[in-house]
Amino acid sequence: MDAKTLISVEQLYRYYGHHLAVEAVDFELAQGEVLGFLGPNGAGKSTTMQMISGNLAPSAGRILINGIDLLDAPKRAKAEIGYLPEQPPVYRDLTVDEYLYYCAKLHRVSKGQRSQAVTRAKHRCGLAEVSKRLIGNLSKGFQQRVGIAQAILHSPAVVILDEPTVGLDPNQIRDIRALIRELGESHGIILSTHILPEVQATCSHVQIIHQGRLVFSESMQDLERRLTSHVLLLETRERLDDTELEKLAGIDSVERLGDTRARLHFEDSNPADAVAACVARHDWGLVELSLDRQTLEQVFVDLTCSDTSETHRKTA
Amino acid sequence: MIFTIAIRELKNLFLSPLAWAIMAVLQLILAYLFLSQLDTFMLLQPRLAGIEGAPGVTDIVVAPLLQTSGFLLLLVAPAITMRVFSDERRNRTLTLLLSAPVSMTDIVLGKFLGITFFFMLLLALLAAMPLALYAGTTLDAGKLASGLLGLALLLAAIAAIGVFMSSLTEQPVVAAISTLGLLLMLWIIDWSVDSQESVTDLLPYLSLKTHFESFLKGLFSTADVAYYLLLIATFLLLGIRRLDQQRLTG
Repeated sequence: MDAKTLISVEQLYRYYGHHLAVEAVDFELAQGEVLGFLGPNGAGKSTTMQMISGNLAPSAGRILINGIDLLDAPKRAKAEIGYLPEQPPVYRDLTVDEYLYYCAKLHRVSKGQRSQAVTRAKHRCGLAEVSKRLIGNLSKGFQQRVGIAQAILHSPAVVILDEPTVGLDPNQIRDIRALIRELGESHGIILSTHILPEVQATCSHVQIIHQGRLVFSESMQDLERRLTSHVLLLETRERLDDTELEKLAGIDSVERLGDTRARLHFEDSNPADAVAACVARHDWGLVELSLDRQTLEQVFVDLTCSDTSETHRKTA
Repeated sequence: MIFTIAIRELKNLFLSPLAWAIMAVLQLILAYLFLSQLDTFMLLQPRLAGIEGAPGVTDIVVAPLLQTSGFLLLLVAPAITMRVFSDERRNRTLTLLLSAPVSMTDIVLGKFLGITFFFMLLLALLAAMPLALYAGTTLDAGKLASGLLGLALLLAAIAAIGVFMSSLTEQPVVAAISTLGLLLMLWIIDWSVDSQESVTDLLPYLSLKTHFESFLKGLFSTADVAYYLLLIATFLLLGIRRLDQQRLTG
């Protein structure tokens, strides 16, 4: 599918006084993509999202939403955005229905479609049974869902969600992730989160921001390929014999982790079947044989924990 | 869009007991004042009847009532206006307005109109008292209308000042106190003039009170109307600038 570009961000800078919070951020988001935005606390995730949603003016740079310049035509550009900030912007004194109708009016949903839009958003976020309750009396998870409902109410081209699953229980998290994937098919979604499995579960693209700059930006497929492991983890009941294992076709080296544990490095195809056969032949008693996956977490830690001197050198 | 925000603001006011409490208390105090003023008039009436061009019921009952209402409302209004923006900022709900396709002007005007609508409701309740006198006597309709218009303009100006002050801080109480301070300052700013003859006309011109009083006398002058309109426009513009500036500085 040759999807159209929904967001294009060019050379975005943001200073807070002398502090440079976001530096030269460039990226694009196409229809049908779910972009996971990762980064440690204070990396500039929320600042970037606030800029894209028009809540904060960038110090320099350009933001195009669906081809409309956010700074030149803010009203038209904002009509294409649904934004859920870190804290859901809900009025505690209103009922869910009152609040969502107000949001629909603010977003210029036409009178005829208003109740349909509200019903659909409530249905999608599982809010139907609390429509008449005051938002202030709802649990944090429900308030969060009201926030999400508010962001998708007017079917915007782009949905920006800042940590959408905070405060939800595991079932709700699964529902929301499913919702995000579903929305991702027809909209463009930017999602920021601290929860790495969430990115792997929902996103089609991943970006890691660190100290205000993008340090990693790849599609999930490329990332999967990169993360594909070349190490097997083997554990047996009896003592292992290195030489027997090294003789097996496809295995480059054996790294012993103990009497009964070893890491087997391989290059091309996964030799798990040969290893299993070998273990069975020698009657070692197989306990565990698994791929030792490099996780997104490792990539994240590698990129964001590298000592700061390196980044300073780059800026200098 | 402005009206959507204005109506929401008005409804929000009535969701808290504060608006109801203010309406009830004000009405009680002003009704007492009205009745005591009416008593005075009844006492004076036999004597006044003999005098040519004596002050009528409008001058003795209505004008003082409106004047006191003006001052009382000035004291009470900050409690209404204080939370307009500071509460939104505190609860982080301002984001909803800022990311919706509405301009800063829409937001500020919407809030201002919402508050002004509420004040007009107060004014309507208040106006019901002098209007009730029509049952037994006739009033100087021109004077009454000009007095009510003056009070309406005063209230709108108070709303504009309150909305701006509320955009300055996250603390509603700070907003209330500074609004009250500014309003009182504008109310008494001409007091020093009597003692110093040399002071120019600037201070009396700036005073909320002098303009309001000429309305109460039944003087409808464009200069007074212009003063209030300028005051309203100035503080609304400042409010819009303030929101814009916050987007820039974060």
